[in-house]
Amino acid sequence: MSKQSELTNLTIADARNGLRAGDFTAHELTEAHLANIEAANGALNAYVLTTADRALEMAKESDKRLGGKGKSKNDAGELEGIPLGIKDLFATNNVRTTACSHILDGFVPPYESTVTQNLWDAGAVMLGKLNNDEFAMGSSNENSDFGPCINPWRRQGDETPLVPGGSSGGSASAVAANLCLGATATDTGGSIRQPAAFTGTVGLKPTYGRCSRWGIVAFASSLDQAGPITRTVEDAAIMLGAMAGHDPKDSTSVDLKVPDYEKALTKGVKGLKVGIPKEYRVDGMSGEIEDLWQQGIDWLKAAGAEIQEVSLKHTKYALPAYYIIAPAEASSNLARYDGVRYGLRVEGDDIVSMYENTRAAGFGAEVKRRVLIGTYVLSAGYYDAYYLKAQKIRTLIKRDFDQAFDKVDVLLAPTTPSPAFGIGEKGADPVEMYLNDIFTVTVNMAGLPGLSVPAGLSGEGTPLGLQLIGRPFDEATILRAGRVIEEAGGGSPTPENWWSDAPAAGKVARPAAKSASKKKKGKKS
Amino acid sequence: MQVDEALVRKIAHLARIKITDKEATALKDELTGILKWVEQLEEVDTDGVDPMSSAEEVPLKKRADEVTDGGYPEKIVKNAPMSEDNFFMVPTVVE
Repeated sequence: MSKQSELTNLTIADARNGLRAGDFTAHELTEAHLANIEAANGALNAYVLTTADRALEMAKESDKRLGGKGKSKNDAGELEGIPLGIKDLFATNNVRTTACSHILDGFVPPYESTVTQNLWDAGAVMLGKLNNDEFAMGSSNENSDFGPCINPWRRQGDETPLVPGGSSGGSASAVAANLCLGATATDTGGSIRQPAAFTGTVGLKPTYGRCSRWGIVAFASSLDQAGPITRTVEDAAIMLGAMAGHDPKDSTSVDLKVPDYEKALTKGVKGLKVGIPKEYRVDGMSGEIEDLWQQGIDWLKAAGAEIQEVSLKHTKYALPAYYIIAPAEASSNLARYDGVRYGLRVEGDDIVSMYENTRAAGFGAEVKRRVLIGTYVLSAGYYDAYYLKAQKIRTLIKRDFDQAFDKVDVLLAPTTPSPAFGIGEKGADPVEMYLNDIFTVTVNMAGLPGLSVPAGLSGEGTPLGLQLIGRPFDEATILRAGRVIEEAGGGSPTPENWWSDAPAAGKVARPAAKSASKKKKGKKS
Repeated sequence: MQVDEALVRKIAHLARIKITDKEATALKDELTGILKWVEQLEEVDTDGVDPMSSAEEVPLKKRADEVTDGGYPEKIVKNAPMSEDNFFMVPTVVE
């Protein structure tokens, strides 16, 4: 194994030990990752912007705090010198942030999101910005203005490019292909857990309120939550510890102590009560998903957990209710993109036609669809029938979970109904794509923490994930149960490297390094 | 719920998104499909159920009503497609 692949194949935990012991420098670690990105990004399109100079600068600073090669120093931060990728939904100071939408072309925030600031304060190094579905709306990363991101995994004996899932497809793909040690992501209906399952990585959606939403491009504010994608459960615990915390700038960020998640990992599951929600056994569930689920039950049982069936009666209504609530909130949040304050502007005859032209040119098809649905369900005369009804159903979904958690400590379910599919295979019917989130969306509706852990391979040779769902603010328990599944299942599988220096898989919509859109000086009228 | 092209255009105007004839035709079917699919919610008896207003069971935080930030108009307009003297510029609204 070359030095480069040795350094990029490390877990965050091992890299942290190696840096502190002085086995290698943060500069070397960062350079190795930049070289991997350089070789892989043409084929995978995981990064929409690399920030090599800034990364090397940050690494140099980390090395000063670490004390340098061969020396050991302990005043370093929890993530000192750890190179991370950042989903393009997080505002990064002086670094272009677009949410992978044409309407935010050239937007360079003069501020930093709280979550990324927390990571830099802990010593982490930013490698660049990662691809995602436009405004985080999608389950395949095909809705990106920078073109689709490709899954490093392929079906056995088949070169068809597969989707990495979405919306955090770039985060998942980059972590799976060793283009960073960990990545930030966001999850509104499954956007961390579903791509983690599709790429054989670990994805953690924390409890609503655990991480600040300040500085994250808003999609559906009552559902959005930031979390990490990593290659191990331990790494997810380390990253969450750094990302989480109270933030006065987000009124929904909760003022609760962040526990020591790493410590919780070693506790095992002996005596832990694990619930199996019977309504997740949906019609037409594939045999391999059922087997995977049973395997997970057997692993937890063997480790001393007590298994019992529970009922979440309103499960089947979560997804349709979500497709009222999320578009409603999106249509409101996205009203700010009007061509006046930032991003794209397309002139018109008057101000209204300027708005209409700008938004027509700036939003992609899926975003338009959702803004229109949201506008419709919130329009006069329909609010009670749609939005209010959906929010009542949300109460019932939350109640189901509360009752289940009276009996059990954690729930186990599949993360997705299928393994990764091919680019362009789904999408003719929007509802078919929405069904990807059938097992993940309930968790967002109830504001709970959820963790996807790699649990095996499909018949096609691609990864599958199992999901653990916990009580509010009890990420510690899902992490320790996740650790047991990870150990039993062999952990994050490694895809065969076909992508290094491979020709670009598909046409990229726009070069990633496109400069800021032209600014015009106005005339006084 | 059957959506027709006239309704698509009305919603698109409310949303301030200009749509082409081709888009209107496609959206008519897509929106109909999505709204038909959400109709299954009508099966659920929600009489006497309060709508969820927060995903958290904690009261919303309040803070003192005071200025905590600001004083940098040049940063605010930095990303504007059109600005002058730290003002956003828009087409004439009032004659």
